[in-house]
Amino acid sequence: MSRIKVELKKEQIDKIKTICQSFNNNGGELINVLHKVQGTFGYLPAEIQEVVAQELNEPIAKVYGVVTFYSFFTMLPKGKHPISICTGTACYVRGAEKVLDELKKELKIKVGETTSDGKFSISCLRCVGACGLAPVLMVGNKTYGRVAPEMVKDILKEYEAM
Amino acid sequence: MSEYKIHALVCSGTGCRASESDMVVENLKTEIAKQGLSDFAQVVKTGCFGFCEKGPIVKLIPDNTFYTQVKPADAREIVEEHIVKGRKVERLLYTDPDSKEAVNDSKSMNFYKKQIRIALRNCGVINPENIDEYIARDGYEALGKVLSEMTPEGAIKIIMDSGLRGRGGGGFPTGLKWEITRKEVNEQKYVVCNADEGDPGAFMDRSILEGDPHTVLEAMAINGYCTGASKGLIYIRAEYPLAIERLKIAIEQAREYGLLGERILGSNFNFDVELRYGAGAFVCGEETALIHSMEGLRGEPTLKPPFPSVEGYLKKPTNVNNVETYANIPVIFNKGAAWFASIGTEKSKGTKVFALAGKVNNVGLIEVPMGITLREVIFEIGGGIKDGKKFKAVQTGGPSGGCLVEKDLDTPIDYDNLIAAGSMMGSGGMIIMDEDDCMVDVAKFFLDFTVEESCGKCAPCRVGNKRLYELLNKITDGKGEKADIDRLINLGSVIKDTSLCGLGQTSPNPVLSTIKNFRNEYDAHVLDKKCPAGVCKSLMVYEIVEENCVGCTACARACPVGAISGERKEVHKIDPTLCIKCGACEERCKFNAVIVK
Repeated sequence: MSRIKVELKKEQIDKIKTICQSFNNNGGELINVLHKVQGTFGYLPAEIQEVVAQELNEPIAKVYGVVTFYSFFTMLPKGKHPISICTGTACYVRGAEKVLDELKKELKIKVGETTSDGKFSISCLRCVGACGLAPVLMVGNKTYGRVAPEMVKDILKEYEAM
Repeated sequence: MSEYKIHALVCSGTGCRASESDMVVENLKTEIAKQGLSDFAQVVKTGCFGFCEKGPIVKLIPDNTFYTQVKPADAREIVEEHIVKGRKVERLLYTDPDSKEAVNDSKSMNFYKKQIRIALRNCGVINPENIDEYIARDGYEALGKVLSEMTPEGAIKIIMDSGLRGRGGGGFPTGLKWEITRKEVNEQKYVVCNADEGDPGAFMDRSILEGDPHTVLEAMAINGYCTGASKGLIYIRAEYPLAIERLKIAIEQAREYGLLGERILGSNFNFDVELRYGAGAFVCGEETALIHSMEGLRGEPTLKPPFPSVEGYLKKPTNVNNVETYANIPVIFNKGAAWFASIGTEKSKGTKVFALAGKVNNVGLIEVPMGITLREVIFEIGGGIKDGKKFKAVQTGGPSGGCLVEKDLDTPIDYDNLIAAGSMMGSGGMIIMDEDDCMVDVAKFFLDFTVEESCGKCAPCRVGNKRLYELLNKITDGKGEKADIDRLINLGSVIKDTSLCGLGQTSPNPVLSTIKNFRNEYDAHVLDKKCPAGVCKSLMVYEIVEENCVGCTACARACPVGAISGERKEVHKIDPTLCIKCGACEERCKFNAVIVK
């Protein structure tokens, strides 16, 4: 995993501390804390994990272990418009792979990467439960159903100006 | 419900919301207000109707008119025609694919005819964000009855008599599980709702939580009373934001009404519910892994015994049940154990919710009595295979299950029959596959999933599945040898026997069951280096049919690697050593001159 050096500002550290306190600095709430922190900062670089570990009085190794175990947590920043493509069984059977190929071709990045202008990133997720609309693709919180490879360009266009 | 004459129920489950059902609701409200009918007709946002294939769904009661694929712009016509003039909007009615006639009443749709809705009884009927609507449909009556009239032992006996088994996949008798937790002596016990629905292609738990969250809260409170627990925890996937939101609203409302909290309904029983979020790990559906995750640890399973009923969350006795299991509980108390036990087969009572997906006409959520056959589910309720193609296989039980074929179609579905047929019930995902699906590739897809989701704790699962995946990859790449198929079978059996938890013990199932049922396809890949379904890229050869080629050069211009040669108005040729099998030439050719072999 490539490593990004992050310098946290004081108010950012304070923000993390406030989140930890809202869970009574309880180590058992680690996952809930990480959800909140990632929701605020967008990702969980090592520097943030260090602060969380300190506040919850847990070893850094444990925090790192949890962050890397769960696919929901990421140590790399996502694009401004994160694209998630469902690779659940229903979407797979209905051609999600082809849509993914088209996306990779259009954006010239691989799964897990972000475009150099920071606009888009691609990730795969397992089933959003909208199997009736398979294959499904999400940009941010917006869901697109019955996506055909030919539609990818138009979907991206909606966000290019944003 | 109040004195409205017409109720327009609009599905606001995840699927329909993705197709702008929220806008449909807004527009219906505006149009009704415009006509001055706000006291006459009411718009209700409900949970999932199950008929996701044709969403967004709008159902008008009292006459059960079932409108499909409703767009926000259709709201005006529905209000002006149906609500004002009492004339149905024909073009939005569901058309029966066989008779080609519009169906006027949803009750006569094939999709609903064979269904019995117990766990889904309120989904698509009530507004999940309004506790009063749940109460109006006998909600919290079971809790009241249990608290005022029954001892914990007596209540557990009813669950035992009903024959209810765990709907998360294992099929363990629910009453027995409760009894074991009840017998443990401890000042603090917990009840947990497993809402970590990780099986890709299954969405029944999400639909229940989105469409009827109170049923789960009521059942958890009953469970708490029976087992002696004062605290309930719902472990839910972070990928389900709508379900989380509706649960939060429901918990708040239940507290306000005194149905959660201290001295519930005037009894001495205290009980409250909190949410815990998953973070995307399939293995956390396994109960010991789930408990570790709730404790803030990596979701790795541990050896059983001790079972969670004895030593679970924070080392206290913990009863874990799945969402769908809970959704059955209040009904069993309201209608009686004997009624519940009268539905289903000898050893599997009641109903099961299945998520139909894949190459089937009616994708959606269905609830059917145990003992129904796969044929009825796929061809009657599901409406058969998409685009008139031929049925090939159905994968039940998700990545841990197996595939079933034509000869299994008449087997009555229950826990034991599915296992005997080489698959399992699982949480109820059913993915239908047709003649265009390559079974080796399907097995590889599931293995890819298990390799990714294996927690890494035990070697058979961590290393073994990776090896299985590599072998499958070798076969689909056209480099397989005859002995590889035996290697798959041997290794698969070892992984099943030696893995620590349910994930590893079942992960080779897709491989083993596809080899059992589709040995000829494996042989074709390995011996003839051909993929009969035309899916595996490495085994495909693109060729130009000389008679059809007019030499328009379109294919040559489309080819990204310059593998196609030939002059204008002359027959072209594809160089197989350069071809990357991208399919661009086939797409571009207007004369059907490019074929895949």
